[in-house]
Amino acid sequence: MNDKPENRPDPDEILASIKMEEEQGRRGRLKIFFGMCAGVGKTYSMLRMASADKEKGIDVVIGYVETHDRKEIISLTEGLEVIPRMSVSYKNTDFQEMDLDAIITRKPEIVLVDELAHTNAPGSRHLKRYQDVEEILDHGISVYTTLNVQHLESRSATVTQITGVPIRETLPDEIFENADAVELVDITPEKLLERLDDGKIYTPEMSKEAVLHFFRKGNITALREMSLRLVADRVDRQLKSYMQNKRIPGPWKSGMHLLALVGPGPGSAGLIRWAKNLSYTMGASLAALNVETTRPLNPDQKMQLNLNLRLARQLGAEIITASGDDLVKVILNVARRENITHIIIGKPGKNNILSYFKSGNLIQNLIRNSGNIDIYVLGSENHGVGTHYRQQLPGPVFTSGIMQYVFTTLAVVFCSFICFHFAAYLGYQSVSFILLFVVSFLATFMGIGPILLGCSLSAFIWNFFFIPPRFTLHIDKTEDVMMLGMFFIIALVNGVLTSRVRRQERLTRDREEKTAALYQLTKELEAAESTDKLLETAIKNIKKHFGLDAVFILHDNAGRLSEFSGRHGETRITDSEMSVAQWVFRHSRKAGKFTDTLPSNRFTFYPLSGSSIRPGVLAVELGSHFHDDKSQFWDAFINQISNSIERRLLNELARKARFLDESDKLYKTLFNSISHELRIPVAAIMGSSDSLLSSEHTAEIRNELYKEIYKASVRLNRLIENLLNMSRLESGRITPRRDWFDIHDLVNKVCENLQEELKSFKLHVVIPDDMPLVKIDFGLLEEALYNLVHNATQYSSPGTRIRIKSFYDNGKLIIQIMDRGPGFSPNEIQFIFNKFYRVEGSKPGGTGLGLSIAKGFVEAQNGTISVENRQNGGARFIIEIPTEVVTGEIRD
Amino acid sequence: MKPKDPILIIDDEVQIRRLLEITLESNGYSTCYASTGKQGMVAAATQNPSLILLDLGLPDMDGMELLTKLREWCSKPVIVLSVRNLEEDIIKALDGGANDYLTKPFRSGELIARIRAAIRLTDEKKEDPVMEFGTLQIDMPNHILRKNGEIIKLTGTEFSLLSLLARNHGRVLTHKFILKEIWGHGYLEQTQYLRVFVAQLRKKIEDNPAVPSWLITESGIGYRFGD
Repeated sequence: MNDKPENRPDPDEILASIKMEEEQGRRGRLKIFFGMCAGVGKTYSMLRMASADKEKGIDVVIGYVETHDRKEIISLTEGLEVIPRMSVSYKNTDFQEMDLDAIITRKPEIVLVDELAHTNAPGSRHLKRYQDVEEILDHGISVYTTLNVQHLESRSATVTQITGVPIRETLPDEIFENADAVELVDITPEKLLERLDDGKIYTPEMSKEAVLHFFRKGNITALREMSLRLVADRVDRQLKSYMQNKRIPGPWKSGMHLLALVGPGPGSAGLIRWAKNLSYTMGASLAALNVETTRPLNPDQKMQLNLNLRLARQLGAEIITASGDDLVKVILNVARRENITHIIIGKPGKNNILSYFKSGNLIQNLIRNSGNIDIYVLGSENHGVGTHYRQQLPGPVFTSGIMQYVFTTLAVVFCSFICFHFAAYLGYQSVSFILLFVVSFLATFMGIGPILLGCSLSAFIWNFFFIPPRFTLHIDKTEDVMMLGMFFIIALVNGVLTSRVRRQERLTRDREEKTAALYQLTKELEAAESTDKLLETAIKNIKKHFGLDAVFILHDNAGRLSEFSGRHGETRITDSEMSVAQWVFRHSRKAGKFTDTLPSNRFTFYPLSGSSIRPGVLAVELGSHFHDDKSQFWDAFINQISNSIERRLLNELARKARFLDESDKLYKTLFNSISHELRIPVAAIMGSSDSLLSSEHTAEIRNELYKEIYKASVRLNRLIENLLNMSRLESGRITPRRDWFDIHDLVNKVCENLQEELKSFKLHVVIPDDMPLVKIDFGLLEEALYNLVHNATQYSSPGTRIRIKSFYDNGKLIIQIMDRGPGFSPNEIQFIFNKFYRVEGSKPGGTGLGLSIAKGFVEAQNGTISVENRQNGGARFIIEIPTEVVTGEIRD
Repeated sequence: MKPKDPILIIDDEVQIRRLLEITLESNGYSTCYASTGKQGMVAAATQNPSLILLDLGLPDMDGMELLTKLREWCSKPVIVLSVRNLEEDIIKALDGGANDYLTKPFRSGELIARIRAAIRLTDEKKEDPVMEFGTLQIDMPNHILRKNGEIIKLTGTEFSLLSLLARNHGRVLTHKFILKEIWGHGYLEQTQYLRVFVAQLRKKIEDNPAVPSWLITESGIGYRFGD
């Protein structure tokens, strides 16, 4: 089961700690002054440290410190800048709360925020102060804060048990676990009690009796031990993390994974907390498993289950849901799949003897089949655990509507009525079968309740109306009594079984529908051709499966968010709502209705997070909070959409990167080639002119040098033309401007420009007399043709024939350039149109651009260019361009 | 034959100016120059040039602007110089009153030829009833064309086209200009008409229609009567 070798750090864990270190680089650092209870001196220590920092020159300000008029606290605050509190009014009362925005704007290095577990007044941005602190940290500002052990989620229940005082304000353990520094402020219980007597401890939220009850030596000692242990465990964990980071092999325990079983009972909460503690101590991962059986839950149970699962999630456990009625099998399947090392399950409460027996069976079976997995069974007296597991047959729960009862009754009565009339022919035993059949048939679509009613009613009717003596409930024959009994049991069992099968089937179907929906979503998202289409698909699917209008707010490269609500969407995001979206995007946390942040907003905003980039935010108007099974479905849905968007964005980025890479390569090649090509003619010009200026030459030599200069400058000019053309092609901004032209003009122009080069060849132009006018881009085609003819002059031997043939055939303009040069070798011929390609043994002085320019210009007009070797030697280039024609004559 | 009045070179590039001066002077022309548009205006007014070479890429003034201003009072031939591939600018300039154009880099032979043609055009009397170009003889009032003495039958449009070009020999006429003159305003976009007629005309009058010597295409711009 556990394959990880010992003494080897887990690469995922290392990555996680590196990531955490990175995060910590950007985030502010959180230092918690931690104590066992009020009055140990946390605020005091915090202020003293702040003053010391101030003296070192660090910019420290006070965000929120509760002085309670204690003199020594006040004197410490005097040296520090205080950010004024803001008033939040709620129901005619003014509350003084910490001004979060002022702190962020002020951007100090460190801010002091007392009482981390405080609940903000309604109307504040976040529900809890620790969320405010998270935001402050996100802005790169470090925070000093104070916290008592009772405020930790996983400890609050225990503290209540110890002290008897209910704890109202708690925060998730993660805050404590992920804090950068925890300083324990510790004093002996005696000292604490002294201070209490001196009136130095302020506990405004507790009544006098509560205070007395709370501050008893036994309690305080227990609390002290708890805090000490917590901090010690933290140190231990940090050590492990440090060792992991530095790759120090240590006495690693092989990875342990805990699985806690969560049910709809209130006791599960305690079980989860205990499991969390255990996981913390063992350094093990924690998963919480909820098994859905066919037994439906009533609304109270559903709510409790949701609360329990939420708690588990808050404590950082991974939630697993499975379904099935054979609990042992389901649990062990999950355990084996997830490599679980320890299962934590609760003993049932003692209230129901029957359930104890049944659950006792569960635990025994679990133990028996668990193999290597350890089972922890938590007793009820410790943790109030009372799971409601049932083996095998679940008991009946009545949820059917009144109509079903009515219908069942009517059906049974009607059937009995018919049977009654035929009683003489049927005999009373057969009637029982008929009634049995009716009940079984009804069971295929009725609930348990109506079935029960149906069974009882038909039994009664059968007894009263059919079993002799008729019209009495009395039964003469003993075997008839037995038959009645059997009838009832069979009817019941039948009905219940059928109903169960139906329920199971419904559950499976529901699950399958959800899976199918997700699969469908995935398929549709992948098939979307553009990001817009993708978003439209997403919106459509969200509407289909959740009935919600979704608005996507996506993040573009400039850092702005823009709204997308699809073609039919009418929802508009106001500016203030957009700023909430911005917040959600920046902090990757949901906000809005039914969340802890800005719950008064009409939308709920969910961050879309991919694995490496964040695409944006999704906003929906929720009618009601998602229950956990729907919530999982929703999460999976959003996840899928998010990933698809991210994938598309990443593809874009990859494409751009590849493009840049290729451009880079091209640039380098071009650069090298050009340097070379430019230098040579320039050298010729400089050399020749320099020679002419500095020495005396004969007229003959002078002429030669002049010619050299001329040739070199022509070559340079040609190169510049080529470069300009190349860059036009590369930039992609070639839009052909077509107009009517006479092909003769084209060929003439090109040949005129190549007069010099063509002098030593036999030029032959073949154009039919009835050649029509064609609609082409003259400039582009001229350039292409020029390059082809120029090539022909460069590679053919002087005196040979160069032929240019042009005609119109089947909707296309065809131009062929033929020479008697060396042609191309078969393995080279496919490359010659590539940029910079130069054939082996080619003359120096070309850039290899000519043919690729020709190709580019021809293709820009939707044409094609090809080359083939001629039968008797030489090459034939063929340009084909689809074009319109004007033939014949226009009469005036 | 060579005019006494100088040829005015308006160009801001020293090297181009020098090159032009040398070329022109070695061919018997006298020159003067201006390096900005404003100077050019002044020089055109004071030097009474026989021809103006105008660079379209002037620093202080748009070449077109200068041309328009010049054409308000100066009827001397103007040849515009430009960088290649700016066909729209050339067309605009020709439509705006320029006679001809040259693209840099240009060959000195071409330059001289065009200057000669342009000057000759202005020297001639405007209303010459019969024009002769080598083997061609165009009898304007009677609408008769003779080649080597023999009459060649031309349709009305063909003759108008030929005479328009011939009358403006030494000048490049843009497609738009020709279409407007011969066919009217509604036909400004119908270059195919023009091409077809030119092709027909070539077949009738050219020695080798495939390589015309009279009806010369200035690709992308228009036509010129070659002489």
